[in-house]
Amino acid sequence: MAAWLLRRLAAALAIVFAVLTLAFCAIHLAPGTPFVSPQDRGMDPAIVARLERLYGLDRPLPVQYAKYLVAVLHGELGESFALRRPVADALAEALPNTLLLAGAALLLDFGLGLALGVYQAARARRAGDVVLGNAALFVHSVPTFWLGLLLLLVFAQRLHWFPVGGTHDPVLCRSVASLRCALDRGWHLALPALTLGVVGAAGTARYQRAALLEVLGQEFVRTARAKGLSERRVLLVHALRNALLPFITLGGLALPFLLTGAVLVETVFAWPGMGRLAVTAIFQRDYPVVIAAAAAASVLVVLGSLAADVLYAVADPRIRAPGA
Amino acid sequence: MTAWHWLALAAAALAALAAVAALRRRARRTARGRRFFRHPAAAPGLVVLAFVVTTALAAPGLAPYPPRAQLDIVRLADQPPSLRHPLGTDLYSRDVWSRLVYGARVSLGVGALAMLVAVTLGAAVGAAAGYFRRWPDALLMRVVDVGLALPRIFVLLVAVALWGHVTLGPLVLLIGLTGWFPTSRLVRAEVLSVRERDFVAAARALGAGPARIILRHVLPNAAAPIIVSAALGIGNVMLLEAGLSFLGLGVPPPMPSWGNMIADGWPKMAVAPWAALAPGLAISLVVTALNTVGDALRDALDPRAESA
Repeated sequence: MAAWLLRRLAAALAIVFAVLTLAFCAIHLAPGTPFVSPQDRGMDPAIVARLERLYGLDRPLPVQYAKYLVAVLHGELGESFALRRPVADALAEALPNTLLLAGAALLLDFGLGLALGVYQAARARRAGDVVLGNAALFVHSVPTFWLGLLLLLVFAQRLHWFPVGGTHDPVLCRSVASLRCALDRGWHLALPALTLGVVGAAGTARYQRAALLEVLGQEFVRTARAKGLSERRVLLVHALRNALLPFITLGGLALPFLLTGAVLVETVFAWPGMGRLAVTAIFQRDYPVVIAAAAAASVLVVLGSLAADVLYAVADPRIRAPGA
Repeated sequence: MTAWHWLALAAAALAALAAVAALRRRARRTARGRRFFRHPAAAPGLVVLAFVVTTALAAPGLAPYPPRAQLDIVRLADQPPSLRHPLGTDLYSRDVWSRLVYGARVSLGVGALAMLVAVTLGAAVGAAAGYFRRWPDALLMRVVDVGLALPRIFVLLVAVALWGHVTLGPLVLLIGLTGWFPTSRLVRAEVLSVRERDFVAAARALGAGPARIILRHVLPNAAAPIIVSAALGIGNVMLLEAGLSFLGLGVPPPMPSWGNMIADGWPKMAVAPWAALAPGLAISLVVTALNTVGDALRDALDPRAESA
């Protein structure tokens, strides 16, 4: 187990390193420089040259790469061109917001998905299951950002039940100082988390229903029923426990989905997280931020799948095989 | 929109219904066909797809106005749905219905072509990795690991934004090139089991080379997961295109795509919600249809994985 874990950790590190290298190369090989985009070439060449010297962009690419790697190993992510502050600071500010949004969405995703999946499996192929199944399929096919726009239009602009964007009220609550301010944060979080969570829950429900139905066909379920246990007990205690494994895989898979969704949903709801930071940085050709954000996203994805693998091995003794 | 356009629309709907009915009659003859249509949503899903494809092909006959024409920016902008403009007009006074019909060409075309690129590449890489095993397998699968660790939309954003404005062709290629990783894993797993079967050994004994064995014997027997993942993948690509266009990095503006129609309608959401609602609904409907058809295809081609 320990050797396996070490191997997986090494592989994860290698992947993140590869992503970092890839992002670095892709960005520096793209036409234009941070100060001159391919569209506009009107800037004074002398000024461009001075700026490039200032940020070390005039050195040969391998030298830049080596310097960057050494800095990263020292925990230095460089200085943002556009924000004029360390990249690490900007990331540290945006990451908690994205994690909060993704965490809330994941909670909703799994809670709602599990409830729906169990309900549907209990009434498989009956009216309730068919209606919910088709509804879930539709919701899962809706573009997340469009659903966000819709909720924004109805619940924020028309009904004024929720704020139109941001993480908190900038005037009344600068930090989470009181209960009221914590509630204010939750109030701002509701719509974006709902947008991401509902679309995810529709997919989770489909998986959960299928997993539960598969378990319900097995022998031990028949035994439990033959013992005269109530259907509720069979379903919720015997079957559900064994149908929870896919949840672990889904949890690992949900991270890329949530991060992708976050890029768009954060834009819709003006949520100052990683996605918005990255999108803004891309438009401003802010190389250090783009590379760091790509690496951070891949770290999250790799950690997610690693955590899923470890949890899987802990939860299911059958697959604690070497080299898995 | 004149009576003639409504008539053409009804004809398109009837044509879609007739096509699916004919397909269903023919499908009854085979076990696979019967399994496909046993899925309760298979037939409605196919009708939706057939209808949208028909409207996309017959766009010039169904759209009352040219999709890029700004009719009268002073008096006809942000008009609510009416008989003349069944889905209203957008902020530049363009007819939303006409743009929707022409946008179907772009959105469906991008989805199908990008998926074709992704599936071809994924099948090639998966087949090579699964058939040759050893170092090609190890190398290719490490590449796939890296590809899967990067959120796809992120790669696309970086590529599109840094290379300046990307036209439709390169956009399709980019979306395809970032989407083959999951397919290659599926195909590899399938190929690993197919290559051990007797008919592959027989082909090898007859002196067939690896290329011939892979193309003629291995891939046709690993086709089921490829087809299913392609059907499900088109919907994903359409959602991705919509997201990119929404951020202003997808299909370049005057050309209508469902994604950039939402982007155009967004700022006027409070005044003229129809401009963003119609394309969003269209995407949702088509992706739902693609997902149900994909589910039904899985039931039909791969009876082991019973889903619904």
